[in-house]
Amino acid sequence: MILAGKRPAWARGLKPSDFIATAVLLTITLAIPFIAYEQSRGAFPDGNIAGTMSFYTAFLVTVGVFALLTMGLNIQWGYTGVINFGVLAFFMLGAYTTAIITKGDPQGDFTTYIGGWGNDLNLIPALATDQWLPFVIATAAAALAAGLLALLVAFPTLHLREDYLAIATIGIAEVMRRVVIEERWMVNGSRGLTGVPQPLGGLVDQSDYKYLNVVIVGIVVIIVFFALERAVRSPWGRVLRGLSDDEEATAASGKNVFAFKTQSFVVGAAIMGIGGSMYAYAFSALSPDAFTHLFATFIFWAMLMVGGSGNNKGAIAGAYVIWGLWTISLQMQGYELGDVIESRMPFIRGLLLGVAIVGVLLIRPLGLLPQERRVSAWVERRVKKERSTPAPPAET
Amino acid sequence: MATPQTISPNLGDRLRGFQRSAGNIAAGGGLWAAIIGFTVWAAFAERDALTVGIVLGAILALGAVGLTLIFGVLKFAHFAHGDSMMLSAFIAWLLLNGIIVGERAGSETTLLPVTINDLPGADSAIWEFSFGYGLIVAMLLTAVLTAGMMVGIDRVVYRRLRRRKSGIVIFAIASLGLAFVMRSVILIFWGPTPRLYTPGIRNRIDLPFDVSVLADQLFILAAAFVVTGIVYVMLFRTKLGKAMRAMADNPDLALISGIDTDRIITWTWAVAGCLIAVAGVLLALQAHLDSELGFALLLPLFAAAIVGGLGNPQGALVGGFVVGITQEVAVTFDFLSPGYKFSVAFAILILILLVRPRGLFGERS
Amino acid sequence: MTKTQAAPLLEVKDVVAGYASEVDILHGVSITVHGGEMVAIIGPNGAGKSTLLRAIFGLLAARRGQIKLKGQDVTNHAPNELVLRGLSYVPQVDNVFPSLSILENLEMGAFIREEGLAERLEYVLSLFPDLAGRRGEKAGKLSGGQRQMLALGRALMLDPNVLLLDEPSASLSPKMVDMIFDRIKMINAEGTGILLVEQNAREALSVCHRGYVLAMGENRLEGEAKSLLDNEEVGKLYMGT
Ligand SMILES: Nc1ncnc2c1ncn2[C@@H]1O[C@H](COP(=O)(O)OP(=O)(O)OP(=O)(O)O)[C@@H](O)[C@H]1O
Ligand SMILES: [Mg+2]
Repeated sequence: MILAGKRPAWARGLKPSDFIATAVLLTITLAIPFIAYEQSRGAFPDGNIAGTMSFYTAFLVTVGVFALLTMGLNIQWGYTGVINFGVLAFFMLGAYTTAIITKGDPQGDFTTYIGGWGNDLNLIPALATDQWLPFVIATAAAALAAGLLALLVAFPTLHLREDYLAIATIGIAEVMRRVVIEERWMVNGSRGLTGVPQPLGGLVDQSDYKYLNVVIVGIVVIIVFFALERAVRSPWGRVLRGLSDDEEATAASGKNVFAFKTQSFVVGAAIMGIGGSMYAYAFSALSPDAFTHLFATFIFWAMLMVGGSGNNKGAIAGAYVIWGLWTISLQMQGYELGDVIESRMPFIRGLLLGVAIVGVLLIRPLGLLPQERRVSAWVERRVKKERSTPAPPAET
Repeated sequence: MATPQTISPNLGDRLRGFQRSAGNIAAGGGLWAAIIGFTVWAAFAERDALTVGIVLGAILALGAVGLTLIFGVLKFAHFAHGDSMMLSAFIAWLLLNGIIVGERAGSETTLLPVTINDLPGADSAIWEFSFGYGLIVAMLLTAVLTAGMMVGIDRVVYRRLRRRKSGIVIFAIASLGLAFVMRSVILIFWGPTPRLYTPGIRNRIDLPFDVSVLADQLFILAAAFVVTGIVYVMLFRTKLGKAMRAMADNPDLALISGIDTDRIITWTWAVAGCLIAVAGVLLALQAHLDSELGFALLLPLFAAAIVGGLGNPQGALVGGFVVGITQEVAVTFDFLSPGYKFSVAFAILILILLVRPRGLFGERS
Repeated sequence: MTKTQAAPLLEVKDVVAGYASEVDILHGVSITVHGGEMVAIIGPNGAGKSTLLRAIFGLLAARRGQIKLKGQDVTNHAPNELVLRGLSYVPQVDNVFPSLSILENLEMGAFIREEGLAERLEYVLSLFPDLAGRRGEKAGKLSGGQRQMLALGRALMLDPNVLLLDEPSASLSPKMVDMIFDRIKMINAEGTGILLVEQNAREALSVCHRGYVLAMGENRLEGEAKSLLDNEEVGKLYMGT
């Protein structure tokens, strides 16, 4: 705080970490367009607007999808302190549900999947229902399916200590991956599903769809963000916050703690389902290999921890920062790093994510962005409560 | 000095205690009957799968005992357990032949100037095993190194969180982060391709009752048996082990009794590290060295620990076998492809959480 | 008051302590235990009796005030250090290791210092012959009274100078209460100073030398046990007379 005295008026009250956060955000925002341009030179040696834009829009869409998933996790962990180490399950379920609803009947000998109702859902052709209705239905179904799965997992575990649910979510992620791979009749196994239709895809030229893609994902992120902000400030949200502040006091005030925890877990999972749905539209192809623990669970934890748990803006910022840094590191591979580093870059990135999570916990438990509610304060109260819970009296 | 009159053994108390345990066994009776029935049935119908299940069970038991010790003393679920097992297995690989991935992925290079396999005869197979004494030396050295690593991680990460009085959820997330660090370290040094300790042929041994096992699997069983014995003696016969159990039981009272809890925690990590290393090397000997295996292994490990009741080392031992056997035998059924192995562990876990969340040996909640 | 010549065994002066960051539970409590003395602390539920013992034993930070053991300042020292200096504590609840055997429970009581373990064990078991016959059994299987004896035994393993007891008679049958108090008197007769927290005021005052009445985290009354027993206010408030 050497600078404290010399700061201009607007900067008083800001902490050094705020400047770091701003610098990181600024760097990413400036670097990504440049990287997009550099990347497009692979295909077009002189650079190319279309190539640059398709890289840049893909970046934004990915951030949007990841932001949805991180917000889902935020409702669970950030607000209610419920651990989900199996985001993968809800993400994947949302994506596959969307794909099998919007796709048409299976084509060819090597493709089998259930569903395929996309073409049947053009109920009122006059309203161009083929362009939107299947997608609305599919996304709603994705949210519903993920929510139901969450309910199923929550039932045996949520009344136990927090870490039992964490273990169970790892399990449900494993089962989800296995079912997708082993049951070929269901969703085509390890071959995956390609050609997922895109909402409003018939309305624009295919080469321009990337812009529409950004708009659609952007709108969904905004809707979910404001819906969550409202929910968090509603009486329901106040109970959730109270719950994480002091479970016992909430219970004592006549609230059913188990029910509220379950609700937050289910709502968070439903948002993850929506994120999966958006993923399916945005990338139009699904493969079980893409849903690794790293990319479908772990990265969202990194995003949430870095961005700041308990804060929806933090969740979005975390998605932006982590994916931004990830993209920058991808670009750095193009420069002379030497074979030893270059061939290991993907693993080094994984290492850095792990280090980031542990580092945030040790150094800045509140994440990059200022928070609305402190998880660590909750944890401290929680520990005190645990220590002071009296045991039942000894029987005589 | 006071010499109060001797009171004869309190018959009423004993009867009541007996009644209570009888009630517990009755309550768990269905589960026990199912487990024993299943095992006996498998002994006739699926003998090979049962054999493999017992071997895997022994490995899981070692891992789960470590997991449950950490849970008991430190009170948190150690999500880096599976990945530490795999990392240990790779450390043993490094000690054995010094090899890591070279300049480019896929190429190999030698990191260590001297390795265990340089010792005379270290890699010539003992008896019918596929490996020489080098592997055993490597396993023991790895146990020491892993113990040191776990203690070091505790100093850098967990101890700080403890000082800050962080909740169990924070520990869980920190351990998940460390799990990914370990897995990435494996990938950086050894790449994603699965490896074997020794390329040689695996000899089968025929045992009575039409049972045939790989010689290596006999070694796994023997090693697991010896290590379990050592841990048992440590936990129940040494002051240190008793203090660990005391801390698991009632950490506040341990503090009140003047037990140096920080020291006990350090020793717990050291013991768990040894168990992790042995379990990791044995697992890699039974299956292979594979960065992917670590995280997936969490499911059967936690299932085993929860079947035995989290924090209960003897329970974890039994749980390891229950999970190992069920897993192996269940996937011989037509409707379950082998890919579902770990999903079976998950099914066991959920079943136990539904009917007896405190495990087979726990009081009913 | 001839005893005051030597430094008191345990001296608590104006201790302020509490759990949550802002709220004080104890607002300056003072208590003294002299060598060989048996002192009772009585008071209503929530008076802060257990909190006081926890603060003395270093489990709870004393925010102000001083705690001296044999004349030496031990304010906010760690429990294991206090144990070495001859202080022992039996908490109100959760005072045994349920999955350890009786013998192991006692061994844990002597974790810090092992010299003379065998003789000490014999002495403690001779105090509680009920336990002696079942030394291999798990403490979790004991009845309430036996559990309380084991808790006492564990605390006695290092031959402490001062023993802090938190409601050792709570929820025991009258016969057991007598037995426990009888043993406490025996321990005191061997020279151990005792600070006894009790709800059961009449019983406590009838075995103790002196007593303190604590209410709302403050000293309310103090004096010779007999005079407190005869005190009208005490009688009305805590003995229903
Ligand atoms: N762990 C804790 N955290 C916060 N407050 C506590 C804790 N333990 C006790 N308190 C509060 O401190 C006050 C004093 O409690 P304490 O247990 O010391 O009373 P006590 O005199 O021992 O009562 P009792 O006769 O019921 O044992 C009470 O208001 C209680 O609510
Ligand atoms: Mg009390």
